Amino acid sequence: MSEIATRPDGLIDRRTFVKHLMQDRSDSLMIVAGLGSPCYDLMAAGDHPLNFYLWGAMGGAVPMALGLAAAQPTKRALALTGDGEVLMGLTGLAAAGAEGLENLVVIVLDNERYGETGQQRTATGRGVDLAQTAIGFGYKSVRDVRTPAEAAELRDWAMTVRGPAFAVVKISPEAAGMELPPQDGVHLKNRFRDRLGMQPR
Amino acid sequence: MTDQQPARDWRDDIFDAFVEAGIKQVAYVPDAGHKKLIERAHAANDMRAISVTTEEDAVACLAGAWLGGDRGALLMQSSGVGNTINMLSLMTTCRFPMPMFVTMRGEWGEFNSWQIPMGGATQAHFELAGVKCYRCDRAEDVPATVRAAIDQAYNGNCMTAVLLAQKLVGTKKFAVGSAGDNKQ
Repeated sequence: MSEIATRPDGLIDRRTFVKHLMQDRSDSLMIVAGLGSPCYDLMAAGDHPLNFYLWGAMGGAVPMALGLAAAQPTKRALALTGDGEVLMGLTGLAAAGAEGLENLVVIVLDNERYGETGQQRTATGRGVDLAQTAIGFGYKSVRDVRTPAEAAELRDWAMTVRGPAFAVVKISPEAAGMELPPQDGVHLKNRFRDRLGMQPR
Repeated sequence: MTDQQPARDWRDDIFDAFVEAGIKQVAYVPDAGHKKLIERAHAANDMRAISVTTEEDAVACLAGAWLGGDRGALLMQSSGVGNTINMLSLMTTCRFPMPMFVTMRGEWGEFNSWQIPMGGATQAHFELAGVKCYRCDRAEDVPATVRAAIDQAYNGNCMTAVLLAQKLVGTKKFAVGSAGDNKQ
């Protein structure tokens, strides 16, 4: 099992956390990744047909995972996103909490920064607590993760927890490299559906 | 017996078209004009009606639905169309199919002036975003128009919208003075 590192600032290293999360990945796990660094982290951990990378549509990762979870109730739908992305889509976080799907999991990589636009502070860096928000939005299991040991538990938690489930992982704001995933949306869509057994049309 | 049949509710026509087309997810922001359709979607066994809190979330939800193999439809009011604009780029870029059904405000005897700007701009907004629009002013046009919009979306991997005119839906009645705020 790979190790989850900390950065010199003492916070969780995003790359080794996502790599750990994806280790020995089940084929019943479907992922929608929010735009920016979560996409690069997921790509760095290994590309997969059931990874859908958003290059835009900011705020859409959680509601998209909601529709996916409803369509595939025997599989797991994971929205893997960042604090800036989920803060733009808090309405979708609320709707997904209210819908109450057991196979929906949200993991937020929270560096308290807008990493793509120059590391400006997000609301989570100015007092907003996403774990408390998720409790208020009706998520059945909520994790507020601060240490590598807590982060290491999320791999099994994400595959077994009764959702809707939410974890916020406080990560280092240090930028990791840009591991760019495929950008062609039709390609991403068709390979995802193909892996689920559907034909392009 | 009279020759007059009771007028069929066009909301039932939309529901029947959904069933016929195999629509599995109906994402919506509530609207009075869609009330009966929303209730029927919730009551249907083989359909999930998903109440979202803003219209762009319904767009993203239906992208996820299609990724997972479900056909979907979006119900909203014209004032919600402005909320969808950036999220529609997800559908265009990935060629996700999505039929939308929009009850119009701000056009036919509208009482609330705040509805007029977005109602007047709805079709232009959609067309700038690449959505093919069909308009329904009469109940008898609804069944064929709804089927055409669904077929075009799912055969063409594109977005379509049926604009259900305020003349068809009915103008919202405000109970002026009911709160006791009018001087006699």
